Amino acid sequence: MATRVADALARASAEETARIVSTVIRMTGDFALAEDCVQDAFAKALVDWPVNGIPVNPGAWLTTVAKNRAIDVLRRAATESRALRRVAAEPDEPEPDGREDAGLDPDDRLRLIFTCCHPALPMDARVALTLRTVAGLSPAQIGRAFLVTESTMEKRLVRARARIRNAGIPYRVPPAHRLPERRDGVLAVLYLLFTEGYSATGGDSLVRLPLIRESIRLARLLVELLPADAEARGLLALLLLQHARTAARTDANGDVVTLEHQDRSLWDRDAIGEALDILRTAPPDAGRYELQARIAACHATAPDAAHTDFARIASLYGRLAVITASPVVELNRAVAVAMFQGPDAGLDLVDAVAAGGALDGFYLLPATRADLLRRVGRRREASIEYERAWALAPSEAEKRYLRKRMDEMER
Amino acid sequence: MQYMMFVCTDSTAPAYDPAQDNIEEWAKEVYDGGVGVHGDRLRPAEDATTVKVRDGELRVSAGPFAETTEWIAGYDVIECADLDEAIEIASRHPMAKFGQIEIRPAWPLG
Repeated sequence: MATRVADALARASAEETARIVSTVIRMTGDFALAEDCVQDAFAKALVDWPVNGIPVNPGAWLTTVAKNRAIDVLRRAATESRALRRVAAEPDEPEPDGREDAGLDPDDRLRLIFTCCHPALPMDARVALTLRTVAGLSPAQIGRAFLVTESTMEKRLVRARARIRNAGIPYRVPPAHRLPERRDGVLAVLYLLFTEGYSATGGDSLVRLPLIRESIRLARLLVELLPADAEARGLLALLLLQHARTAARTDANGDVVTLEHQDRSLWDRDAIGEALDILRTAPPDAGRYELQARIAACHATAPDAAHTDFARIASLYGRLAVITASPVVELNRAVAVAMFQGPDAGLDLVDAVAAGGALDGFYLLPATRADLLRRVGRRREASIEYERAWALAPSEAEKRYLRKRMDEMER
Repeated sequence: MQYMMFVCTDSTAPAYDPAQDNIEEWAKEVYDGGVGVHGDRLRPAEDATTVKVRDGELRVSAGPFAETTEWIAGYDVIECADLDEAIEIASRHPMAKFGQIEIRPAWPLG
């Protein structure tokens, strides 16, 4: 029984927290209160379920308990408060043990996502709130993923909720004319979560895996909530395709294995298949995430590095460069061009990017130049560029890779 | 909620274009619609006076309390349901194009 209760609670926490918290926020308009009440509901379940059995619908049970708790707190605080009147005006939840879905409107979760990712919140607050409130992670778990202590993360969450209340950030899905840009803001938060987990800019890479898992789960949720949105689907496809390569990205020593040398049999074919299905149904006027997903799909469907359609990749990067005006995208285009037109053509493009100056100090600029110089046999210059990249590289794994290349050039 | 809109300059903004200055239209919409409570232009910072009392002694100085490159050119107090509504109102102000607007929620006493 104890394990069954623990399993049921863990499942409810992962799958239902966002629904329950968002329902209680809708009723009370108070983030902090809603989260406290949901925590209380879970604590009560821990005591109640082993005795009275696991309810047929754990989510409905937890919602009712959390809602009653909120009413208690509000009643004690101020009998005449506006929030209490709002809760009182809510229709009653169905019986906690009933089979009915306890009025858990999927729109509530969408409201919650848009509120947590509101542009008036600082980025670190958006990320923390999304993981806490939408994904249901504990402050300790979020803190571990971002290499800060639990109390630092608690404080960040407290500040974020205070800002929502004080600045008057509404709990609402934005109106149609603001939806595209606000949707972009949500996607940016989810992509940041993913890249934070994927590129592991510091510390032990294992603690970052939950971030990857959560970002994919949230992207899936967003696709479910905004089924007509091509960019949400593009982001989900992109995350699946990048994540599919995780097992092949490092070797047994934890060293970086570049795409061309990866063992493609280690790639997650299910994830790739799901992403390709998503891209098959996507409309032609692709946005930035979908274009990146299509580029990743070119790699994912190639039998090996030599048989990759780099002409198509270069053309997709060209379209992406128009949308993003990003020098990093130009750099990637240069690499793709080098793969099918030769390293000299690539070098010309890289030099043009370098002349722009926007990537000064970014290690991938000298690293890319070094690779192309090596391939045209200009070993001395390549060695100097590898060293420059080594000095700028953000992680130990990348530094080891660049050091290895440097040593090869000097041999 | 009541918000104060500080209408500010921004040296990085595009140059002022009188053809795009629809301030009268904006003011009519905001004040006739009952959202605007009070607002005006402000004379430049060089016309400011700063007042302090230290050790019971009044100290008056010419100029603003802080020297900054940007300055507040005007203000509007608006009554809105929430921040999104205030952002919408601010985004339609011509100085959102030629300058920048800071929105601060009022913090009523008591």
